[in-house]
Amino acid sequence: MTENSIINISLAILFLPLLGFVVTLLLGKKVKSIYLFEVFLITVVLIASIFLAFSKLSYFIDDKIVAELEWFRLSDTLVFNLGFLLDNITVLMLFVVALISALVHYFSIAYMKGDERYNRYFAYLGIFTFSMNGIVLTNNILMMYIFWELVGLSSYLLIGFWFEKKLASDAGKKAFLVNRIGDIGMFAGILILFLTYNTFSFDAIFQAIGAGKLPFNSDFWLSVTGILLFMGAIGKSAQFPLHVWLPDAMEGPTPVSALIHAATMVAAGVYLTIRIFGLLTADAMMFIAVIGMLSAFIPATIALTQNDIKKVLAYSTVSQLGYMVMALGVGAYKFAFFYLVTHAFFKACLFLGSGSVIHAMHHEQDIRNMGGLRKKLPLTYATFLIASLAISGIPLTSGFLSKDGILASTFAFGSLTGYWIFAIVGFLVALMTAFYMFRLIIITFHGEPRDHHKFEHAHESPFVMAMPLAVLAMLSIFIFYTPNPFSADQGWFFNKWINSAELHAPNATRFDFMQSEVATETEQTAEHNSSHGEITYSEKYTEAMHSAHYPAMYLSLFVALAGILTAFVFYQWKKVNVDKLANSIKPLYNFSLNKWYFDEFYHKTFVAGLLGLSKIIAWFDAKVVDGIVNGSAEVTRRLAFFTGGFDKYVVDGLVNLMAYISGFIGLIFRRVQTGKVQTYLVLVIFSIIILLFLF
Amino acid sequence: MIEVGLNHFLVVSTLLFSMGIYAIVTRKNAIMVLMGVELILNSANINFIAFTRFGNFGLQGHLIALFVIVLAAAEAAIALAIVLNIYKTLSTVNIDEVDSLKD
Amino acid sequence: MNVYDFIFYLFAAITVLSAFFVVTNRNIVYSAFFLLFTFFGVAGIYVLLGADFVAIVQLIVYVGGILILLLFGVMLTNKITNVEIKTGTINIYPAVIGVGLLSGALLAALITSTWKTFPTEAPLPTTAALGTMLLQEYALVFELLGIILLIALIGAASIARREA
Repeated sequence: MTENSIINISLAILFLPLLGFVVTLLLGKKVKSIYLFEVFLITVVLIASIFLAFSKLSYFIDDKIVAELEWFRLSDTLVFNLGFLLDNITVLMLFVVALISALVHYFSIAYMKGDERYNRYFAYLGIFTFSMNGIVLTNNILMMYIFWELVGLSSYLLIGFWFEKKLASDAGKKAFLVNRIGDIGMFAGILILFLTYNTFSFDAIFQAIGAGKLPFNSDFWLSVTGILLFMGAIGKSAQFPLHVWLPDAMEGPTPVSALIHAATMVAAGVYLTIRIFGLLTADAMMFIAVIGMLSAFIPATIALTQNDIKKVLAYSTVSQLGYMVMALGVGAYKFAFFYLVTHAFFKACLFLGSGSVIHAMHHEQDIRNMGGLRKKLPLTYATFLIASLAISGIPLTSGFLSKDGILASTFAFGSLTGYWIFAIVGFLVALMTAFYMFRLIIITFHGEPRDHHKFEHAHESPFVMAMPLAVLAMLSIFIFYTPNPFSADQGWFFNKWINSAELHAPNATRFDFMQSEVATETEQTAEHNSSHGEITYSEKYTEAMHSAHYPAMYLSLFVALAGILTAFVFYQWKKVNVDKLANSIKPLYNFSLNKWYFDEFYHKTFVAGLLGLSKIIAWFDAKVVDGIVNGSAEVTRRLAFFTGGFDKYVVDGLVNLMAYISGFIGLIFRRVQTGKVQTYLVLVIFSIIILLFLF
Repeated sequence: MIEVGLNHFLVVSTLLFSMGIYAIVTRKNAIMVLMGVELILNSANINFIAFTRFGNFGLQGHLIALFVIVLAAAEAAIALAIVLNIYKTLSTVNIDEVDSLKD
Repeated sequence: MNVYDFIFYLFAAITVLSAFFVVTNRNIVYSAFFLLFTFFGVAGIYVLLGADFVAIVQLIVYVGGILILLLFGVMLTNKITNVEIKTGTINIYPAVIGVGLLSGALLAALITSTWKTFPTEAPLPTTAALGTMLLQEYALVFELLGIILLIALIGAASIARREA
């Protein structure tokens, strides 16, 4: 096993899905079963990524493998490179992407059966996997931007896959446009970086920052750059205030929602933030934490009242992504990535489970028409339950480990800096998460069927759909990450696999607890100091984390159980009349049901504002510009009257004479145009001879 | 009489070239035009090989001559296919009658 | 006048005379046969120039391939029963003048110019060296030629078979 073979394997992982895309798209109309080729390729990719993760984590666990080649060169200082960066986070992320992508492929075989664009669907899945792998593998921000736009494109294609439905094509457009807003910021950030450092490579940029080179020589601009780059993540990870596209994106096929809008693409924003973590200053991190907090809180309140099974999951996704972003903002780099991985598994499981329900109910998505499905779909119910327990943060699940870690770090952050708001919101959201997930489960699976006709026809899904559910549910259990179900600290995933964060921003701009404290290094921090640029969390931080661990754990367990209990009280045992309760707080209820009126607000302000602006411009155009034009036209008309006379007799006379002469010449020369090739050739020969004698 | 040198070969090649041009220009039959083209290609090849012999270029001239021969084969195949098609469409291979583009 | 010179003049005469017949003969089939001699003469000239491999390729591809192709073309485009395989000529006078002037100019140019020549050595077999070059420095060109031939094959078949 050498570095070269690792790089070759990652090349294969990157390009095989592209091959699948091209072949499936080209032959899709001719060969009915070409989708099997794409499924086969994705299986190969999955195996390769398992192999890659295995060999990287066993043989090269401390290495950063970089492969670079020159793309093009404009001058000696403007060199554009393409390259891979393989560290532990990369291979883990690759594995997550490949696994979920493969499972979604299998799931889709049954779910999409009978669709008229069946093969094209698989082709789109192929290009999505390709671009997502590209984002994960790249070592420079330019390439990341390219693949960033490619996932945007494939997301657009897949959301609008059923483009006959107006809602679906509108949702595709909305997703695309809203993402553009974030990407503008990201692009500006990339330009600033390139302007300053003349390179796109993460490592080179970090080294330059570590050496004290800053954009425009100021800390302020470093923060701005970080925030601008993070704007890309806001768009792609559907963070507040650009979160509006994700719930609409649920118009796409459900497996797509599981793959793109729950597990991988939306996590790309978090992944980007993880990659640029090294250049974030305290101000930028504060901004990120606030955005994360708002995106965790607002969608959670919306999810409480939604009635569409996929909408609930969509808002829950935004909310959980907000958690990850908030975790990054408070410096809990490892926990953010940990949660990214575990969330990918159980959220994909939830989405595929909802796909299974929707499939069984013949494309019914309203949970008010479901109920009692537990008896009809036992396996879906079981997996859905496990994933829900995980997302609520109940012990023995992966979700508990990671979420507890995030809550503990917000807690520690609060005690270190005094900003307790993040911890408070974190626990509130955990409460709401447990509540709305179990509300969903109880209404969907428990109780009596509400639509008997559909209930009678419901049936458990075939093997290709059940298998992914089972695999993902299994991966939501703690044992894959750590031997101790109550703490991730000792586990191999958390402790060995994830590299510590690197931070290169100048010391003065960091949070107090994240500064490198060379003077007071303990044994642990000494070990961390050994590799270049790694953060040495101060002793204070370690202590704060330690003291926050147990309170945070009990508290999070308590709020999760409270949330679940409330859900049972409300919906299972019906001790409280929910409708009445909703009526008594009608304004709040409606506020949540209507998604905080975000769409309406954007429509009234931005869309209407744009329309108004265009109206004003149109008016200006019609009155002022046209007025000037008309006025000058009038003047010209007068002038033209005088020149007309001159024109008619003098100029026309000359022109006619010229025309007569050229007509006469043409009469002679048209005989040359015989249309015969050989005549032309003779002329060519004579011309050559003339040229020969001329020179 | 002078010893045979570069000039002799170049003269032969020039003569072949001129006759190729003559065939292309004067003959009505498209296949005759093709034969003219082949003559021109041969004259070019003679030049390549003569310069290789009397110059100091290694064997690259030979290679280019080989490539020319291959391309000539491809060209002949395509051209004959086109001629056959013209014959099918217009029932003639006389290229002076093929002037539909004129109008 | 040594043997080398004699053989050169022989092949040059064959080449030029048969080429002359090719372009002047009114009967296409005769022209095609004279073309055979032209190619043969050119192959001889190649041998004289020490290009053994190219000469063999010339014989195989031109005489064996292209000429047969041309003959097929003649036969497919002229009804055999109909004796009309003669071909007319056009543009005789301008062509004679033009070609004459052109070749005169070229000949004058090449005879009056002094060429920088290197002393010639006894020719070596070239096949092995050519093979090495083809598969090393010119491998890409070689592959490209293969692709071009394939495309020409497919293209020719599809053009010729297309229903009018």
